[in-house]
Amino acid sequence: MPNHQINPNKWIDLYSDYLFNYTISRVNDREIAKDLVQDAFFAGLKSMKNFKGEASERTWLISILKRKIIDYYRKINSNKGKAEVRMSYSADENEGDWLEERVADPFDKTAEDVIENSELGDAIYDCLSKLPEKQATVFRMKTIEGLETETICNELNITASNLWVIIHRARISMAECMEKNWF
Amino acid sequence: MYGKKLVLIKMKKNLLFISCEEAKLICDRAQYNEATLWEKIKLNLRYTWCRITRAYVKKNKKLTEAIKSSNVQCLKQNERQELHEQLKHQLKNQD
Repeated sequence: MPNHQINPNKWIDLYSDYLFNYTISRVNDREIAKDLVQDAFFAGLKSMKNFKGEASERTWLISILKRKIIDYYRKINSNKGKAEVRMSYSADENEGDWLEERVADPFDKTAEDVIENSELGDAIYDCLSKLPEKQATVFRMKTIEGLETETICNELNITASNLWVIIHRARISMAECMEKNWF
Repeated sequence: MYGKKLVLIKMKKNLLFISCEEAKLICDRAQYNEATLWEKIKLNLRYTWCRITRAYVKKNKKLTEAIKSSNVQCLKQNERQELHEQLKHQLKNQD
């Protein structure tokens, strides 16, 4: 019996930041990361019928994204791609889809602080996805994007005092969530 | 005469002493370097004797430091919107 449901209408709100952060830490280019996330979403749509509900929607999307990142490195045939494939491949094991099997995660196996940073990023995005949409948007724009108060107020058509009340509520929820998940 | 003095004392008190809620909002603004010097003084004054304010400041700073050290990046609002539209379009075409 599948435990997880799929709902593409919620993908952007729930997973776009998480996937984008995941990608940019691996390709170091904002535009490429954006394209890869978009490709992953489109590929997800196409293969929706293959979703069995055994893993969570996010895990499933991440597995698609990982393949997209591998394809990207294959295409550019960069030194980074070569190095990572060389490091992770051992000829005496598993034949077949060795690249996917071997390259799926080595990006995570770098320095300890990078892993911790990536996990911290995951925890932050986990907590952010639990906030009401408006709070998440304001918090993201102010705290992560670092936009000016005035810019956000103009864009979202809210007053400054309104913005600070939203930020206050968001920070309380974020701190509580991070307390449980990280601190 | 006595009434005027009382009003003056109250005004001075209001100028220096802030409520817990106000202190929390100032603390939030301080995380983004948007609190004025006067607000910071008022916050610090409350911080010295209010246990709740101290706890809030500690939690708030911890959150700020965690976000800073994580170097998280996200899509800009217009990029999210664009992606949302494209996904919607793609979904529609698929149906």
